[in-house]
Amino acid sequence: MTVLVIADHDRGVLDPTSLQAVTAARALDPQVDVLVVGADGAGVAGELAAYGASTVHVATGDGLSDYAPQAAARAAVELVGSLNPSAVVAVGTPRGNEVLAHVAAILDVPFAAECAQVTLSPGAHAIVRNRWGGNVLETSTVHSDLLVASYTAHTVKAEAAAGAGTVVEFAPALSPADTVVRVVDRAGEASSGVGLAEARVIVSGGRGVGSAEGFAPLDELAELLGGAVGCSRVVTSNGWRPHAEQVGQTGTKVAPDLYIAAGISGATQHIAGMRTSKTIVAINTDKDAPIMGYAHYAIVGDVSTILPALVAATRAAKE
Amino acid sequence: MHIAVCAKRIPLSGGRWVLTPDSTEIDTSGPSMGFTLSPHEECAAEAAVQLVEQYGGSSTVLTVGVPDSETELRSLLAVGIDRGVLVETDGREWDPQATAAVLTEQIQKGTPEGDAYELVICGTEAGDTADYQVPVRIAHALGWPVVTNVKGLSITDGVVRCERAVGSAREIYEVPLPAVISVKDGVNIPRYPSVPGRIKARKKPVDVVAGERPEPRLEKTRLDLVEEETRSAEVLGTGPDAVPALVEIFKKIGVI
Ligand SMILES: Cc1cc2nc3c(=O)[nH]c(=O)nc-3n(C[C@H](O)[C@H](O)[C@H](O)COP(=O)(O)OP(=O)(O)OC[C@H]3O[C@@H](n4cnc5c(N)ncnc54)[C@H](O)[C@@H]3O)c2cc1C
Ligand SMILES: Nc1ncnc2c1ncn2[C@@H]1O[C@H](COP(=O)(O)O)[C@@H](O)[C@H]1O
Repeated sequence: MTVLVIADHDRGVLDPTSLQAVTAARALDPQVDVLVVGADGAGVAGELAAYGASTVHVATGDGLSDYAPQAAARAAVELVGSLNPSAVVAVGTPRGNEVLAHVAAILDVPFAAECAQVTLSPGAHAIVRNRWGGNVLETSTVHSDLLVASYTAHTVKAEAAAGAGTVVEFAPALSPADTVVRVVDRAGEASSGVGLAEARVIVSGGRGVGSAEGFAPLDELAELLGGAVGCSRVVTSNGWRPHAEQVGQTGTKVAPDLYIAAGISGATQHIAGMRTSKTIVAINTDKDAPIMGYAHYAIVGDVSTILPALVAATRAAKE
Repeated sequence: MHIAVCAKRIPLSGGRWVLTPDSTEIDTSGPSMGFTLSPHEECAAEAAVQLVEQYGGSSTVLTVGVPDSETELRSLLAVGIDRGVLVETDGREWDPQATAAVLTEQIQKGTPEGDAYELVICGTEAGDTADYQVPVRIAHALGWPVVTNVKGLSITDGVVRCERAVGSAREIYEVPLPAVISVKDGVNIPRYPSVPGRIKARKKPVDVVAGERPEPRLEKTRLDLVEEETRSAEVLGTGPDAVPALVEIFKKIGVI
């Protein structure tokens, strides 16, 4: 048997999480077939081989020059027909989950997204998957011969292992409908919270900050500490800060050295985005707020008086 | 344009999650427990309300859930959705294939006035189960194109222009109607319900349909809470007086 991995690349640059999927697949089966879609995908075959890909299938043809999820899924389905794998896997990136959802819909089989563990057992595969942004684990049985599953990014560490990496090009049969949805253009850099994801220090504010103006000391403190400003969803839904700064389950996931939660209660959906921060400081009027159960240090009190004092003291300490 | 919005009632905890004694569900009986909708789906509803304001037509929210889901469904009627359809379940979870199938069936029926839907708006993933697939399955069943993870949306001359952020890139997709899209929190800022909105919502029609749950093919057998170290924050003090102690921490961890 074999496991088919769908690797992702953007115009010839491999998404490094794809190597995690190849590593995970090797734990399921020594034979690992990898699909890359688009002619410029051939360039990433070497990297995939270095992590254990036995064969790299490069799907080429009209309509596959840029990302087109349904066409990518058709290519995978064609390989499912010819290779008869026990599983089709990818990493649960937006693209990985999207292509696998198409594969499962075309084949009318279940799709287990965001897995943490997979044990193959055709007909009744055993999986453990993440729910609620990783706060809850679900154990499930997947009633299907073919398992279609994504792994949550970073649950498996990519490990090098030489594979043959034989490159095979093929042109999947596509209908016009398969390429209706495709990237037709790209616009400037998105404000997708990438700066936030990389910041070493995040000064984050919640409802307790009170207003858009209330964020002035958070901006100042973030600048003094060389960090970024974050916020809770209450803040973005009030329009006080842009959504790119939202931390949490439906915002950005962060893991800075220092996370300051000012006027944030610590709802599990917020925690899901910052729980792995190294040092967490809470500033809250409520000494029993849930955030106190996650924070390392706390100041009890009003952010509107504490933050300006903290800015002044930090500035003085830096001089 | 007639738009269907798919939204799911999910549990909300004021603090930490607690599981039922048999570890198969989130325990919703505690005092700090409630229910809500995912932010993605609140944004889906806001997008539909805005498009109907712009182009006319109507919006319908579709929910597969227990009878009490009507409360969350009506919260979307209060922000401007015109009507609702509730496919009632007995409380056991439906797997995403079953959910997509019954939603597709309702979408194919069209509006109660007999108009066909031209756009289906979902969230990218459900707030609780995060299956990442219901909108894609609906699209395949309808034979419509589907764009997921949408962070920017406009419609001109029957073409839906979608922006999606993947990593640091912004991708543009253009698909013809009819189409399915799934949106992410941040695509818009959902409005809060007004008092007149809430009063109107009580009179808006909600069709209740009985759901027949098929055997799950993705069958949940148990839930576990992710082990977290429970900490108890070291309180540095109260009010601005505690600031010097925090600055010492900044020094200790090397951020200044
Ligand atoms: C599926 C789903 C996904 C979600 N995703 C996210 C997400 O990605 N990110 C996110 O943040 N939320 C998310 N939420 C919302 C989340 O459940 C909470 O509603 C939200 O995090 C609360 O924000 P908050 O802490 O700012 O507000 P609140 O919960 O209202 O807390 C405000 C806190 O400020 C304190 N306070 C008040 N005044 C002061 C003052 N003057 N000085 C100091 N402290 C003060 C209060 O004691 C309180 O603890 C999601 C919800 C769902 C259902
Ligand atoms: N029970 C449900 N009722 C209505 N809509 C749903 C339901 N489950 C999923 N959806 C829709 O499908 C989206 C994706 O869900 P999922 O594929 O389960 O992650 C959600 O954001 C909703 O828009």
